[in-house]
Amino acid sequence: MIVSMDEVLQRPTKTTEGPVVAQLKGVSKNYGDVKALRNVTLDVHAGEVVSVLGPNGAGKTTAVKLLLGLAGANAGTVNVFGGDPRNPKNRLRTGAMLQVARVPETLRVKEHVDLFSSYYPKPLPLAETLATAGLKEIANRKFGELSGGQKQRVLFALSICGDPDLIFLDEPTVGLDVEARRVLWEEIRKLVSRGKTVLLTTHYLQEADALADRVVVLNKGEIIAEGTPAQIKSRTAGKQIRCVSSLPVVEVCGIPGVLEVRADRDGILISTAVPDSVLRELFQRDERLSGVEVISAGLEEAFLALTQDNSKSEVA
Amino acid sequence: MSAASGVLSPTVSERSMGHTVSIYAKEAKYEFLKLLRLPIYSLSTILFPVMFYVLFGLLLNRGHQQDGVMVAAYLIATYGTFGVMGASLFGFGVGLAGERGLGWLEVKRASPMPPSAYFVAKTIVCMAFSLIIISALLTLGFVFGGVHLAAGQTLKLVGTLVLGSGTFCAMGMAIGYFAGPTSAPAIVNLLYLPLSFASGLWIPIDMLPRLLQRVAPFLPPCHLGQLALGVVGVPTTGPALGHWQALAGFALISLGIARIGFQRDEGKSFG
Repeated sequence: MIVSMDEVLQRPTKTTEGPVVAQLKGVSKNYGDVKALRNVTLDVHAGEVVSVLGPNGAGKTTAVKLLLGLAGANAGTVNVFGGDPRNPKNRLRTGAMLQVARVPETLRVKEHVDLFSSYYPKPLPLAETLATAGLKEIANRKFGELSGGQKQRVLFALSICGDPDLIFLDEPTVGLDVEARRVLWEEIRKLVSRGKTVLLTTHYLQEADALADRVVVLNKGEIIAEGTPAQIKSRTAGKQIRCVSSLPVVEVCGIPGVLEVRADRDGILISTAVPDSVLRELFQRDERLSGVEVISAGLEEAFLALTQDNSKSEVA
Repeated sequence: MSAASGVLSPTVSERSMGHTVSIYAKEAKYEFLKLLRLPIYSLSTILFPVMFYVLFGLLLNRGHQQDGVMVAAYLIATYGTFGVMGASLFGFGVGLAGERGLGWLEVKRASPMPPSAYFVAKTIVCMAFSLIIISALLTLGFVFGGVHLAAGQTLKLVGTLVLGSGTFCAMGMAIGYFAGPTSAPAIVNLLYLPLSFASGLWIPIDMLPRLLQRVAPFLPPCHLGQLALGVVGVPTTGPALGHWQALAGFALISLGIARIGFQRDEGKSFG
């Protein structure tokens, strides 16, 4: 499939799947009446980067919290390295970067890292953690004196200081500017090159694309799509063709490359990753085709498209 | 929960005893530094009892007696109780409420930190601040107030107040689990000041209104105050054992309440 994206990142694709190191199996989680997760099944294999992508409130953080043993599931099983993550001992091989409103501000950067390193049996040397997270120059600064990007880097350092095999990053780049985001991406890539397994959540498609081997799209507590970044992009970052056609919707649906067709008063709206070939086909089949307009689907539309319909279908 | 097939088994060995102890020590060290560098905590918890003591014990009531002992000695016991209560309720309660409510405790819980290390460290540090407060009061009393206590008496007073502060740490823990990060300081102040007054820490109990005198035995600081006063030679109500039992009882009730909050947070009580 041709992917019409401005930025296509070349990445060696993993050919062999490692053993499952973290798993949600038929997991549901409610907070009162709110169903945060509904029957979610997710495997994370050793050595891969899985990105959980979804809008705010999709259940991404809930999934991470369950895998970290910070909450219990209402149904289903949660497994990390073959054990219940709620047992603190099973956290010796995991590291986590969570969204936190306030970190103790009077401790210095190196003190925070030193303390978290001490929890692990074989932590990285302090200097190495500080260097990896780009904190060398600010090691003696108090947390409260740091900028937003520096604070995120400290939290990142806390997640890797124990040299864990499995790292959870919950919205690691939220609130960062473009430059700081790229720097953190580089650091995450370094982890991957050292054979670590990473599960990261994000609401930026671009971020999932830049880092992940596999993307899981979560919306309203359900997995609505799963695949390589290329596969997801083809479904979420494609184009939309608006036109008035005399063809039956079912036939339009059957044109190769068409992902979804919506009919409304004004005509039809076709979602596709390959607008050129779909248009050629449309003009060939329908001489009276009119009002043609090609629209770039934004991420919002893409999420909406995925949310409302997760397979190729017609919507009347 | 059973291990699903195909999931890698844990290969991590148990922590050694030495490693566990070093985690607790580091946790306590950084908890201490964290609070020490927080002037709103370190200055106010230490300075308030010291200021009150200097004013009422050393300046205004110089040479006066109360219940057969020097006021300067009497007030070391009561402001000492007042001080350890503040250090514990603010250090443990406000600290926990803030770290819990703003997500920091969750970051710690997601790490392999032994959960008890967090609470043990907080208790040790509150007790350390209690020790600083009592030492300051004793030093002032000895040097400027003409207070004479035997070495054994001094140690017993310090030991009583530090051990008794455990009850207030437990109360702080209960508050920390049920108060929000912004409401916790207000809640602690609302408890701290009236409790201190009604327990006879500012004015001797027998000078309080009748009603308050009857309420006092139901307040934890009253019992610690009586124990401390007993050590400096003031005749107190009832035997020491009864006061210790009361303090232990309040501690257990508080721990029971805190446990509900702890289990709720651990996701074990529902779901």
